[in-house]
Amino acid sequence: MAKRILNFLLPLCGIALALGIWWAASRVVPDLPSPARTWEESKLYILEPLTKRGETDQGILLLAYYSLVRVAQGFLLGIAIATPIGFLLGVSSTLTKMFDPILQVLRPISPLAWLPLGLIIFQKSEPAALFAIAVCSMWPTVINTMLGVRAIPQDYWNVARVLRLSKMTTFTKIIVPATLPYMFTGYRLSLGIAWLVIVASEMLTGTPGVGGFLWQEYNSLVYAHILLAIITIGVVGFALDRLMGFAEAKLRAV
Amino acid sequence: MAFIEVRAVYKSFTASNGAARQVLRDVSLDIEQGEFVSIVGAMGSGKSTLLSLLAGLTTPDRGTVSIGGEPVRGVHRHAAFVFQNYSLLPWFSALENVRLAVEAAFPELTREQQLMRASDALGTVGLGNAIHRRPRQLSGGMRQRVAIARAVATEPHVLFLDDPFGALDALTRETLQQELAGLGSQSDRRVTTVMITNSVEEAILLSDRIVPIVPGPPATLGVAIPVELPRPRSVAQLAHDEQASHVRAHVIATLTAAPGRLRKHAVEANASSPVLQAVAKETL
Repeated sequence: MAKRILNFLLPLCGIALALGIWWAASRVVPDLPSPARTWEESKLYILEPLTKRGETDQGILLLAYYSLVRVAQGFLLGIAIATPIGFLLGVSSTLTKMFDPILQVLRPISPLAWLPLGLIIFQKSEPAALFAIAVCSMWPTVINTMLGVRAIPQDYWNVARVLRLSKMTTFTKIIVPATLPYMFTGYRLSLGIAWLVIVASEMLTGTPGVGGFLWQEYNSLVYAHILLAIITIGVVGFALDRLMGFAEAKLRAV
Repeated sequence: MAFIEVRAVYKSFTASNGAARQVLRDVSLDIEQGEFVSIVGAMGSGKSTLLSLLAGLTTPDRGTVSIGGEPVRGVHRHAAFVFQNYSLLPWFSALENVRLAVEAAFPELTREQQLMRASDALGTVGLGNAIHRRPRQLSGGMRQRVAIARAVATEPHVLFLDDPFGALDALTRETLQQELAGLGSQSDRRVTTVMITNSVEEAILLSDRIVPIVPGPPATLGVAIPVELPRPRSVAQLAHDEQASHVRAHVIATLTAAPGRLRKHAVEANASSPVLQAVAKETL
């Protein structure tokens, strides 16, 4: 019982401490709004989270929703490309040798670098943002799926050979189920990256969403809203990760 | 011409340091249709490699392997395999594991017919009321029953058993051996079976002929020893049977007379089992 109270109290203490540091910092840095001021200026957005007052002046949930829709599209596009690539690389060592250098070079490229390229190719900010998300978020899925296929125990390959399963049956009945947990780890990491990328791409393109809102409020000198946006980004990112973690755990339990 | 023919087979493996290690040297073997042959040898004697060659899982460096007059290329379409470590797919129920094999062997059957055949096979090995369980929810003995059901359900012409009871505890092993012996003697059409094992008792219980493998590397085959005991046989009866002890002595003598660093191992492993089994019988 005491432990449960502690489990509840300790995070609260941590939050209080963080707020204290924030408050102290706002005393030193003149332009940094204090927690109280941030709340004062943001409560309209939080208390009416679904109200649309203008193109960018919207409730925080609505803004988060726009960002999430874009993330979902970019993420789904990314894993739709990444999963088959991962399987191919996992199955064929020739392909791995061919593409490994490219993979290693493309992987560390920042979303900010992909975005201008997307803008050149697609001429519009919306598809360019999706492009950046897809390209940046696919790597963990590619790599984890590939590793998952390679980690399939020899026993299962033997089953496929001894039962003389067709390539298709081997794929659907053995390779996919055996790789599923790895794939989901990849998806989870990919989603995390997609969420990182969305904010950056919205800031650069000025599209409505949490990132766009953050950048616009910076330009209009409403600094409290920057903090609101930052906290929202963190909370949503955390929720997404928990959601994927939950799905992953469900899958592993099977 | 024998049903399964192995002619002057050589097999080497290349170790990670690049050194070639010869595992089998000039191995020849004939197995007749319907015969149950056990290849008995110590661990690491190359018997698994020999079975893999017969089953078409690996190819020999030199020499030929043929089944039914056709050279072995890949896994034979009428062959079934039982592995020591069960090799069941953990994401499928026992029934689905067996059905997958049935589907591969009889693609022309409907799904219902495949399921029927799979559950029949599971019933034969005494798992009739556990068909919907996953491998994880089954004991080692039950898992191996599923693996046996999976092999039998495809109505194979050849059955390869890779130390099928090696991972089981002594009592479970004995029960399953007995049941496999029963399964073999009651069916009208006898399936040609090749089993590898390190237990002489197991070999005597199940086989028509025992081929001792002379430990290597490289391994060669000793002279085959026929087991002309009436069926059905039981472990209890074999423990005191004169002819059985004769065969036992013969096999152990072949295994131990051979030069090789694994020789001592083989004696200990094999000599201890009749004693253990006698003790087990007494306590029961």
